[in-house]
This record gives sequence, structure tokens and C-alpha cells, in this order.
Amino acid sequence: MTAFVVVSVIKVFVVFGAVLGTVLFTIWLERKIVARMQSRYGPNRWGPFGLFTSLADGVKLFFKEQVSPRGIDKAAYVAAPVLALIPAFLAFAVIPFGEHVTLFGQTVTLEVTDLNVGLLWVIAMGSLAVYGVVLAGWASGSKYPLLGGIRSSAQMISYEIALSLSLVPVVVWAGTLSLREIVEAQIGTFGTIGWLPGPVQWIGHLIPKWYVVFQLPAFLLFMAAGVAETNRAPFDLPEAETELVAGYHTEYSGIKFAMFFLAEYVHIITISAVAVIMFLGGWDGPHLPFLPWMWPLMNFMGKTFTLVFLFIWLRATLPRIRYDKLMVLGWKGLIPMALGWLVVSATILTVKDAYFG
Amino acid sequence: MHQYVFVVIGVLMAIAAVRLVTTKNVVHGALYLLMVLAGAAAIFILLLAEFVGWVQVLLYIGAVVVLLLFGLMLTRAPIGRTALDNQSRALAALVAGAIFAMTSMVLVRAFDGQMIDFSQTLTVRTLGGVLFTKYVLPFEVVSVLLLAALVGAVVLAKRDE
Amino acid sequence: MPEGYFGDYFTFGMFAGLVVVLVGGTLLLARLVRPRVDKDEKLSTYECGVDPIGGGWTQSTVRYYIFALLFVIFDVEAVFLFPWATVFEEIGIFAFIEMMIFIAILGLGLVYAWRKKVLEWI
Repeated sequence: MTAFVVVSVIKVFVVFGAVLGTVLFTIWLERKIVARMQSRYGPNRWGPFGLFTSLADGVKLFFKEQVSPRGIDKAAYVAAPVLALIPAFLAFAVIPFGEHVTLFGQTVTLEVTDLNVGLLWVIAMGSLAVYGVVLAGWASGSKYPLLGGIRSSAQMISYEIALSLSLVPVVVWAGTLSLREIVEAQIGTFGTIGWLPGPVQWIGHLIPKWYVVFQLPAFLLFMAAGVAETNRAPFDLPEAETELVAGYHTEYSGIKFAMFFLAEYVHIITISAVAVIMFLGGWDGPHLPFLPWMWPLMNFMGKTFTLVFLFIWLRATLPRIRYDKLMVLGWKGLIPMALGWLVVSATILTVKDAYFG
Repeated sequence: MHQYVFVVIGVLMAIAAVRLVTTKNVVHGALYLLMVLAGAAAIFILLLAEFVGWVQVLLYIGAVVVLLLFGLMLTRAPIGRTALDNQSRALAALVAGAIFAMTSMVLVRAFDGQMIDFSQTLTVRTLGGVLFTKYVLPFEVVSVLLLAALVGAVVLAKRDE
Repeated sequence: MPEGYFGDYFTFGMFAGLVVVLVGGTLLLARLVRPRVDKDEKLSTYECGVDPIGGGWTQSTVRYYIFALLFVIFDVEAVFLFPWATVFEEIGIFAFIEMMIFIAILGLGLVYAWRKKVLEWI
């Protein structure tokens, strides 16, 4: 009983600290990588390679004056950044980032908690992200934030459907909504493939059982919808500075602006982590004989940061797309494709169960 | 223990519900509605129905209240601090009281004396198993209902132009 | 008692509590330490640098509302898909057929909206 509580307290603090640290690191990483891609140096003053720049920025924003314009709706104006940041952090409660370690004689799973409906929880928290945007836009009592807020909330709700639909085929294959069980179903390789000609049967030992192998379309749909859901380039319409100044957070400054900023990066990491869990086998990967708890963690981090790098790369490469094209892509492209792929993948599984057992 | 948590959630929900109908600002009203719905989700989770609880968060908080907020932003009139009130308070109280009495009666009758067995949890799989074998027809009817709603939305949109 | 179902939610509630306390605490602390210099010009909303004209709250097009309605409908569909997906292999071909009917009916709705040109933005 007490051991359970102590372990819970440790887990809660470690996960929160780790998420915050990862977010600050990601912000630095983005500035550095985009700078390199544009032949600049990027931040290089604070700490080695400018590593502490994000921290310095945070401290600076903390001490900045908060300019709130005359016409705001005070309650909603304060609630908006809080409602943007809290669900973003809470989504991490169910993300498993490693196997387990033994602590005080207890086997501790490396995640805050493993809910039976973990996947649904992550999606539900993603759907709450729209509140920060819509309330910030409305509460500011200003034209640009209102336009930006309603525009980006329409974008977020449109792509949220494609996002959830693209995850359904994986649940069909795994048969569970618990993220830990989904990862456990992907561990290992295909082994010897019987129906291949003899000399190449061994090739199955090289192919991991990750869902991305059979669910590649779902993975691509998920990433496309995920980029739009996090409001990142090329779908960063909410902050289209050429047309909307800064979108929904035009009238925000100081620590409240920092909260919106943090929430965006937490969402990037969440989407990457969920993609790794659902499609890329979570912590599955190479193990070396020493430090057995470390390798799953390293595998998970490595895969997640690869996807985070993809997000950054997209931003540095692609121009913003037009709003009407964005909505058409969501409703006429991603949603029908996700539904179609769901039908195809359910058909494949039915045929496989009926004829191959 | 369960009882105490239930009472705390219930009181918070009641306060939020009262503020919801007394506030003069409709967007604040939507925020109070959010609190009431979150409380309902918490009660579902407390009663071991975690899937229903999170669906409550996903659909009601994540979708229906957003729809409400969108509706408020389209109409210029009730935005902001304009007082929204009319003379039908007594009638409204009567209707609300009647609905409350009726639903409580139906619920008490339906679950009379039944207790939840806290030793076993209701998993998604149990729920899915029942929904897709025993209640197939209602499930398919839901799709027709959703289709009707969709057609209604489209017709509304087209009439506007 | 804390192990199992309620144990999960206990840990979970602790995490939620920590996040809420830290976010709220940051806001409060920032309020105490940040400077405050009142100037009337600073309080006007941003509108390209000139004085704002008219109120900040305006009407927006009905199109947003239509997309929100469609969103609610398809969100309900997605929520039905999840429990179906978990029991798909247990129930087998029967579950497959009933979900295909469900998706077909809603797909019909999407096609209808498409043909009526509601999904177009302009």
C-alpha cells in the first residue's frame, strides 16, 4: 500500500519532469535544425550549442509584463491558456515509454498508469485542445484572434476525425485499447516465413512485427492528420502571420503566451509518441546484454525523436497551404481514405481468419 | 469511500449547474456546462464504466460543447455581456422540475436496489461483445439516425445560399 | 484497495492534480513577480497599428457551423468503431458485416454532402 503510493508519487514527478524537459529540448532542436537548413547558426549563446536557450526564454517570459487589452472577457481569457496546456500534459499519463524496472521490491511499469481505454484517453485529450484555441480567439475581443480561433478550431475538429479513424485499423489488429498491450503485440519478428521458397525463409527474422508493415497507409494518414491536428506547417493556418498576425494568441503575452507555445510542442511529442506506440513497435528494438531497463527507453526515445525531426523537417521545407484546400483535403481526402482503408484492412483480417485460421 | 467521492463530485456538479443557468454570459454558461459534463464523466468512471466515462469526455465535452460554442460565435446577438432573460421563468422551472422528477423516478424504478459489484470491472471488450451481438438492431438504427442528422445539416447549409 | 482499477485512477488523479497545481501555480507566481505599467494605448487590441474600428466580436460564416455538425456526427461514428474493433476477431464475420452496413450508411451521408457541395469551402 505505502510502497504503491511512494512509487506513484515518484512516477508522477518523473514523468512530468521528463515531459517538460523533452519539450524544452524539442523547442531548441527545432530552432537549431531549421537554422541549419536555412544556413544560419541558430541559438548558440546559452550553454553548449545554445542548449539552455529555451530555459532562458521561459524565465524571460515569466518575468514579462502581461498586456491584456481593454475588451477581453477576463474569465475565458485566463482559462484559455490553462485549458490548452493541461490536456496536452494529461495525455502523457497513459503513454508507456519502456518495459518495467524493479523499485523497492515492486515491479514498476514505465508509465504513469495503464488504463484499459488508454487510446481513447489520448484522443479525448486531443479533442480538448480545441478549447484553448476557440476560447482564446473569442475572449480576446479582437478581430484577428477571433478569425484565427474559429478557423483553426474548424481545422482541428476536421482533422481529429481522420486522426481517430486512422487508428481504428490498428485496434482491429491488436484487439485492445490499452497502449501497453498494443506495444506488446508488436514485439519480436515474423520469424521463419513458411510459404516463401526455402532459401529466403530467413528474411522474416529481419522484419519486425510492427504494425507499420501492414498498416503503412494508416500510418501515413495518421501522420498527415497529426501534423494538421497540432497546427504545424504546412497546416499552420492558425498562426498564418501573413494574414492573421498571430491567430488566436495575438493578444497574449508573457507567461500566458508561453503556455500556448508549450502546449503546441507537447502535442507534437504526444503525436510522435502515439505514432511510435501504434505503428512502430513502441520500445521494441535492439537490446544489449547490460543495463536491461535502458534499451527499451532508448529505443522509444530514438523513434519518437525521429518523428519529431520529421515534423521539424516538414516545417523547414513546405510552404503553407490555402485554407480552402486544407478543408477539402481533410474532408474529401483523409476521411474517405481512412474509412476506405479501415474497410480494406478489416476485409483482409476477415479473409485471413476464415481461410488461414 | 466511493460514497464520499460521489458526494463531492455531485455537489460540485450541482454548483456548476446552478451557475450555468444563472450566469448572464452564454460563453461562461458553456464553460459551466463543461464542468457539469466532466462531473458526469467522473461519476461514470467511479461506477466502473470507464469507456462510457471517456466517451462522455470525447463526445460531449470534445464535440457537442464545441458545436455550441461555434453556434454562439455565428450569431452576433448573444455574444458578450448582454443580459439574456425573459418572463418564462416559472414555466421553465416547472418543466425542469417535472423532467427531474420523471427521470429520477424512471432511474430508481429501473435499478431498484441493485448494487454495483466493485470486484469486477467492465471492460471495453465486454461492452463491445454485448453491443455487437445482443443490441445489433439499435446499433444499426443509430447509423440511420446519424444519417438523418447529416442530411438535416446539409439541407440547413444549402437553404442559406 | 489502491491496486487495480481504482489504483490506476488514483495514480492518474495524482498526475492530473500535479499538472493543475503546477500550471495554476506558475500563473499565480508570474502574476506576483511581473511588472505592471498601465498605459492607455497598450490596452487597445491589435489592428495593424491603427486604432481599432468597431467591436472585436463579429459574425462568421455559417460554413464553420456545418463543419462542426459534420464533425459531431463522424465523431459518434468513430466512437462506435473502437469497441467494435476490440471484439472484431471474437465475433468474426458477423461483426464485419454489421460494421460494413454502418460504415456504408454513413459513407452514403458523406457522399450526399459531397454531391451537394457542402464540403467545398468557397
